[in-house]
Amino acid sequence: MRPTELSDHVSQWFDGSGPGADIVISSRIRLARNLAGYEFCPCLTTARKSEVLQTLKDTLLALDLGQELFFVDLGAASALEQNLLVERHLISRQHARAAGPRGAVIARDESFTAMINEEDHLRIQVFQTGLQLAACWERINRIDDLIEQHVEYAFDPEYGYLTACPTNVGTGIRVSVMLHLPGLKMTGQIEKLFNTARDTDLAVRGLFGEGTEAVGDFFQLSNQVTLGPAEDQIVSNFTDMVVPKIVEYETLAREKLLKTQPDKLDDKIQRALALLRSARLISSQEALFLLSHVRMGVHLRRIEGVSVATLNELFMLTQPAHLQARQGKPLDPDHRDALRAQMIRSRLCPN
Amino acid sequence: MLCQVCKEHTATIHLTEISHGQRTEIHICEQCAQKQGIVVKNQVPLNELLSTLLSSQGQEESAAPGVAGALQDEVCPFCGMTLKKFSQKSLLGCPHDYEVFDQPLRALITRSQAGHTRHAGKVPSRAPRAMRNHMEVVRLRRRLDAAVQAEDYEVAAQIRDQLRKLQ
Repeated sequence: MRPTELSDHVSQWFDGSGPGADIVISSRIRLARNLAGYEFCPCLTTARKSEVLQTLKDTLLALDLGQELFFVDLGAASALEQNLLVERHLISRQHARAAGPRGAVIARDESFTAMINEEDHLRIQVFQTGLQLAACWERINRIDDLIEQHVEYAFDPEYGYLTACPTNVGTGIRVSVMLHLPGLKMTGQIEKLFNTARDTDLAVRGLFGEGTEAVGDFFQLSNQVTLGPAEDQIVSNFTDMVVPKIVEYETLAREKLLKTQPDKLDDKIQRALALLRSARLISSQEALFLLSHVRMGVHLRRIEGVSVATLNELFMLTQPAHLQARQGKPLDPDHRDALRAQMIRSRLCPN
Repeated sequence: MLCQVCKEHTATIHLTEISHGQRTEIHICEQCAQKQGIVVKNQVPLNELLSTLLSSQGQEESAAPGVAGALQDEVCPFCGMTLKKFSQKSLLGCPHDYEVFDQPLRALITRSQAGHTRHAGKVPSRAPRAMRNHMEVVRLRRRLDAAVQAEDYEVAAQIRDQLRKLQ
């Protein structure tokens, strides 16, 4: 299977069907692992990197995860294919841009992905739609056990799983949730998210876009501390403490907007929809920004006749590499903006 | 407590500034803090933290000559990593580095992991014997060096025998 075959549909983790998915779009858990007896990636020779790649590729492809797994050789993949995988959150930008033998093993429904020879030899990830971190942990823990039957991980009784960067040492776990918080953003309370994050040693990043800036009010919240607390403690901190608090803040902010400034709210939502329905050229940044407002409008029932599924599809499929993969060729930005606007109009205009 | 600037919202950010021996306290709300560009710094970048640790060890050098210097010059016998290289990219070269650079890394890990120093999570079901052996070799080599330097040849001989058994 080629990565470009993914470009015509939305990832399962972004389909909006999970519990609480109006605010908590998806859950993700990643584990960082390294093979015993090998240097970490920064000091690994090309020949030894190939060995690690081959060993892990064979091990992963032989796993019985109840669905088809496919391997992408990132050293041989085109820039377009690499970018497509980055846009779908299946590999990191760093992994796409790196040099040397490296690859990814991906489940067809994209609920599981493994990066080989990124910063660590192996980074496995499990995704679920909505808030389902406990299910993610259960699944990734089982997959980790299966892999460990075939390879030996670098492990120290005191420091736990050893990683190239000491900020991942111990459990090697990164638990994250992707949040849509237009209410907090619009009421100027997004600092509350940052404060909650800071108080509990969590990091906040943007979900879409190049840097850390959050585009379209989508945020990614993840743990910073990987050593000390056990994996299930880190997970329950998210599911029992942090996420419910943020969902409560966002719900209150949306209710407040509805109650005190319904005209301002409707104006934002309806203008966004009108722009999306009439624009002839639209950048991916502008599209994200406007789609975010419309998404909130649909969840608050201020808009009829537009489904969340359609919006989620547009968020994902109007990204630059997705547009180009569907056309089967690289396109310049003007061309992409025209194509994006056309696609949005065709999905959002009645008839 | 109300925000000192807008006098409307509750102050949730409390800053204490000490300059020229004068202590001033500022209590403001999130909105005013944002407007004034006050950012509460969360995570110190790893490389910054390491440079600070190394330079503070350098200052102590006058009291204990050569200690920090020796630390900075230490090279991992397995991957060639040095603390200087690590401070540039924040990435280690191999699992043994955790043992070779034990002292500075311990300080760094304690700070970046909210004070934790011991793993209490999952343990691989398969015993990492080869791994433990390797780490034991590093540990013994360092003890051997120390014994030779201290001219304690009896201990050095014992360690050498232990090393031979392991290798």
